[in-house]
Formats: sequence, structure tokens, C-alpha cells
Amino acid sequence: MSVHTPHPDLPPPSTSVGIIGWARKNLFSSPLNSVLTLGALYLVVRFLPPVINWAILDANWAGSTRDACTDGGACWVFVKVRLTQFMFGFYPADQYWRVILAFGLLGVLIAWLLIEKTPKKSWVAAFTILVYPIIAFVLFYGGLGLPVVETNKWGGLMLTLILATIGMFFALPFGIILALGRRSSMPIPRALSVVFIELWRGVPLITVLFMSSVMLPLFMPEDLRIDKLVRALVGISLFQSAYMAEVIRGGLQALPKGQSEAADALGLSYWQAMFLVILPQALKTVIPGIVNTFIELFKDTTLVLIIGLMDLLSIVQSAFADPKWLGFSVEGYVFAGLVYWIFCFSMSRYSQHLERKLHTGHKR
Amino acid sequence: MTQAMTQPATAGEDLAIEVKGMHKWYGDFHVLKDINLNVKRRERIIICGPSGCGKSTLIRCLNRLEVHQRGEIWIDGIELNDDLKHIEKIRRDIGMVFQQFNLFPHLTVMENCCLAPIWVLKKPRREAEETAMHYLERVKIPDQADKYPGQLSGGQQQRVAIARSLCMNPNIMLFDEPTSALDPEMIKEVLDVMVDLANEGMTMLCVTHEMGFAKTVADRVIFMDSGEIIEENDPESFFSNPQSDRTKLFLSQIL
Ligand SMILES: Nc1ncnc2c1ncn2[C@@H]1O[C@H](COP(=O)(O)OP(=O)(O)OP(=O)(O)O)[C@@H](O)[C@H]1O
Ligand SMILES: [Mg+2]
Repeated sequence: MSVHTPHPDLPPPSTSVGIIGWARKNLFSSPLNSVLTLGALYLVVRFLPPVINWAILDANWAGSTRDACTDGGACWVFVKVRLTQFMFGFYPADQYWRVILAFGLLGVLIAWLLIEKTPKKSWVAAFTILVYPIIAFVLFYGGLGLPVVETNKWGGLMLTLILATIGMFFALPFGIILALGRRSSMPIPRALSVVFIELWRGVPLITVLFMSSVMLPLFMPEDLRIDKLVRALVGISLFQSAYMAEVIRGGLQALPKGQSEAADALGLSYWQAMFLVILPQALKTVIPGIVNTFIELFKDTTLVLIIGLMDLLSIVQSAFADPKWLGFSVEGYVFAGLVYWIFCFSMSRYSQHLERKLHTGHKR
Repeated sequence: MTQAMTQPATAGEDLAIEVKGMHKWYGDFHVLKDINLNVKRRERIIICGPSGCGKSTLIRCLNRLEVHQRGEIWIDGIELNDDLKHIEKIRRDIGMVFQQFNLFPHLTVMENCCLAPIWVLKKPRREAEETAMHYLERVKIPDQADKYPGQLSGGQQQRVAIARSLCMNPNIMLFDEPTSALDPEMIKEVLDVMVDLANEGMTMLCVTHEMGFAKTVADRVIFMDSGEIIEENDPESFFSNPQSDRTKLFLSQIL
């Protein structure tokens, strides 16, 4: 009988590690892949340098009139000069601090809630939901000694963020209620939810906004005038909550029946089972879908343009008509696109972080 | 609460469970036919029978996970009917262990055990955690308290599930094939816990094919086939001297 000698550990073959190994595995694994890699490489080399030249190297940053733009690249002076309007719309300049304070406070509250290990989270959450909206309303609109700024003066990024934040604030809880209603065994809540969801999902948002601003006033009594912004907000919130409901219903359906049975068997009530057992798991599985809906909502706010609200995109577009600055629409669109991208990409990254954080081992 | 509601159906006798002429249908399908079953306090009952004969349905009717359509079920003197108050009381009184464990994967072992005591029994967290630790020690996994269910083996998960039920301090425990989803080497650790529980005098109803376990702990074995209770007897007689042909056939297949 021979004695067993353990096989020594060998280094992995050089073709499977390092840059060459990586490139071989990911870029040149088959003839088609190699062609695609080379094609992509060609496009990058061909188009990236001109873009960089235009946007950064040859771009004009200094000055305050169009005469400053001589270098042939992008004219960021246009954006620079118009920046406060892009941010605040026609909000009075001496009141900008109110907007900055309101968003700054919201930023602090959200960071407090999102960052791990901050104390008193439940108090902060309650404050954010119950008290902050009142503070924000007073700051944005006025009252308590602050001069009133009518909503038709609101605009730019500020308006976009207000629309998106309030839309998300309502769409998630409404969506949850609608999803639970649709899965309920009680016929009336179920019928109402189904009708509501299918109705709103069946019409384009643009129609909803149009109806809210043009048709609704026709049916309303003369003296009851609801602010245009409020009507748009109601439209966006209800529209997105119908989508949210379907995303959440997917999560509820994916949950094994054993979970609610175990909760029932332990004596938890319907609502306890929902909030403690079912929803935390269902929402976790549909984080990508929820964030996707949020991102869609964020971008859909640009549609308020058609009812004459001046969100970021429409205010950028209206600036193109300024006779002093004709011909800089590309810069304007690139800037607006970049702002939207930063917000949407941040949401997307946060959702990925959240998924990793909430992962608690293998599912059975 | 009125007197009539809490009056035991058979006054005088100390019955934990009383089922009288109970029937259940799934649509047109008659799953349970005229079930009559009395379980005394501290009695240990094993239910067996071929697959699909209605064993799970029977024990799930006892805590209203399934709704029976005819007949009566009384648990500790409370009738199980549409009254939500009754259902609530009965569910507090009965613990249930499932074949698939059904632990809550988003909560740690400790949180799984404390959830119902805190929210249903309104216990202070500290007290709930002490109770939970006590039962986790009894099922021999106190060191896993801070892990998530997904990080435990099947046998460990099932023992957590048993501890979770015990934290509600139930008078009756229902087990639906608690070891069927487990690898052979893990079955014993779960059965050991169940034997301990039986020796301490817990009223138990257990659906299982573990005949060794049945012989050690059962006071009575119930054999079901196509929705009916065919035969019930003490384990000794049940295994050595089955009465009906169907029981004989079943035993010859599994033993
Ligand atoms: N929700 C349901 N709807 C319709 N039929 C069902 C439902 N649940 C179970 N059944 C049927 O009822 C019968 C009894 O099911 P049950 O789960 O009680 O069987 P069981 O004795 O526990 O079987 P097993 O040993 O396989 O677990 C089976 O024939 C099954 O197909
Ligand atoms: Mg079964």
C-alpha cells in the first residue's frame, strides 16, 4: 500500500488571473465577443475625446455675457448666469434662504434616517412625517410672519424636488394600502382597489395632468379654486400609487403562504402580521421595483410643463428664448440632463446598498 | 364574556380538545368526514395515515388556519367559530410547528421568539427576551440567538420554531410533520426536544411518520384514511394488533 501524499497547492494558471486573464474571460471569450469589444473600443476612441473637448477642455467658464464664449466648446456661462433661476424659478431672491433651509432640513432628516446607528430614529421619523411638512409649507409658501410666495412663482429644480418628494411621500403608503386592498378577501375593498388601480394605470400621466388642470375646474364650483400645483400633485400621487400598488402586490405574492400562517398561529392580528411579518419582507423583495417607480416619478415630473408649471426642464427650455442667449440649447439640455441623472443615479445606488444591507442569509 | 360562551361542551371532563361531527370541504372535495376526537389534558396523540388523507387539514382546523364547515370544535372550553375573540384566545392557547419551519427570515432567532409575546401578550421586551432565552436553552441553541434563520441548519431552525411557539406559553402544541423536511442526522435532535416536551406533560397532537417516536411518547395513535379516522388505539396495540385492513396495509408499507 502506498502512502498518500497530499497534493501541494499550485498557483492558478496565468491565463486565468491578472489583466490578461480578465480580458480573455470578459472581452475575448468568443469571436463575436472579440468583434463587439473591438467595435466598442473604436466608438470610445472616436467619440469620447471630442465630447471631453467640448464639455471640459474647450469649454468657456468665465464671464457673464455670450461674448465670453469664444473657444468653440460648450458655453457654460449661459448656465452660470441663469443658475439661480434654474434652481429657484421666480422665487424672490431675498427669500431663497427659505427654500435652502427647507431642503437643508429635509436633507439632514433623511440622512439621519438613512445613516446607520443614529440615535432616536423613531422620533426623527415621526418628526419628518408629522411636523416637517408643516415647517416646509410655512417656509415655501409663507405665513407666521414670512411673506407669502404664491406657487406660480415656484419653479426650477426646487419645484421638481417638491413634486417628486411629495409624490413619493404619498405614493408609497397609498400603494401599500391599494395592494393590500387588492389582495383582501373582503369584496368591497378589493373591488375598489382593482377599479382604482386599473383606471389610473389605463391613462397616460399627461392626460391625468391635463384633466386636472383643464377639465377639473369646469366641473368645480366657481368659488372653489384649488391651486394648480396642488392639482398636479394629487394627479401625480394617485397615478404613481397605482403603479406602486402593483409593484408591492408582486412582493406580497412572492411571499410563501407559510409566513402569514405562522403569524396567524402565533396569534398576531391581521395588522400586526402585516406590519411586522409580511410587509417588511414583501417590501424588501421589491426594493428594485419601488426605486424604479420613484425614478420614473422623478422624471415624470417634467410633464407638468404642459400645464404651465415651471419645473427644471421647462425653465431651462424657456431660457432658450432669451434673445441675448439664443443658440445655447445644447448646454441647457446637457445641464438639465446631468441634474436629473445625479438624482436618479443616487436613488439607484442607494437601493443597491439597501438590498445588500437587508440581506439576511439564504432564503429557503 | 357570557357564561354560555366559556361553558365546556362536556362539563366535568377535563378535555383540552373536543371535536364533534366535524366536516370540511375544499370546493366539492370532501376532505374531512365526520371527525370525532377528544383529547384530554396532557395527552399525547400521534396522527398518521397515507399522503393526502387529510392529516394536515385536521390539525390546521384546530387553530383555524382552515375553516371547518360542519360540526363543532371546542378548545379548552371555548368554541371555535367565526367569533374573532374566540379565535384570538384559541390561537394564544395553541402552539403550532410546521413542516417548513416558517421562521421569519427578516428577524433574528431572538426576535422571532419575542415577536408574539411582545405584541400579542404585551410583555415588556426584557421579560420576553428572558423567556425566549429560557426556551432557546431548552432546545439547546442559546448561542444562536443573534443569528438569522437563514444561517442555521434545518434541525436548528425547527428547534427555534418549537422555542418560538413555547414562548407563548401554550397549553396545547400541534406538530405537522416536524421532521419530514430534515436530513436524517438532524431528525434526532428535533425529536429529542419533542420527547422532553412530552415528558413535561404538554398536550400534544403530532402528525408524523416517525413510528419510533410514536411508540416512545404516544398515549394514543390515530390512523386516518381518505378524510376519516379509521382506527385509534394505544401504540402497543396499534402496532402489534391493527384492526382494519387499511391500517395493516399502511403499517406494512412504512415499517
Ligand atoms: N387548499 C386546498 N384546496 C383544495 N384541496 C386541498 C387544499 N389543501 C389540501 N387539499 C387536498 O386535501 C387533501 C388533504 O390534504 P392534507 O394536506 O390534509 O393531506 P395530508 O394528510 O396532510 O398529506 P401529506 O401527508 O402529504 O401531508 C389532499 O387530497 C389535498 O390534495
Ligand atoms: Mg400534510
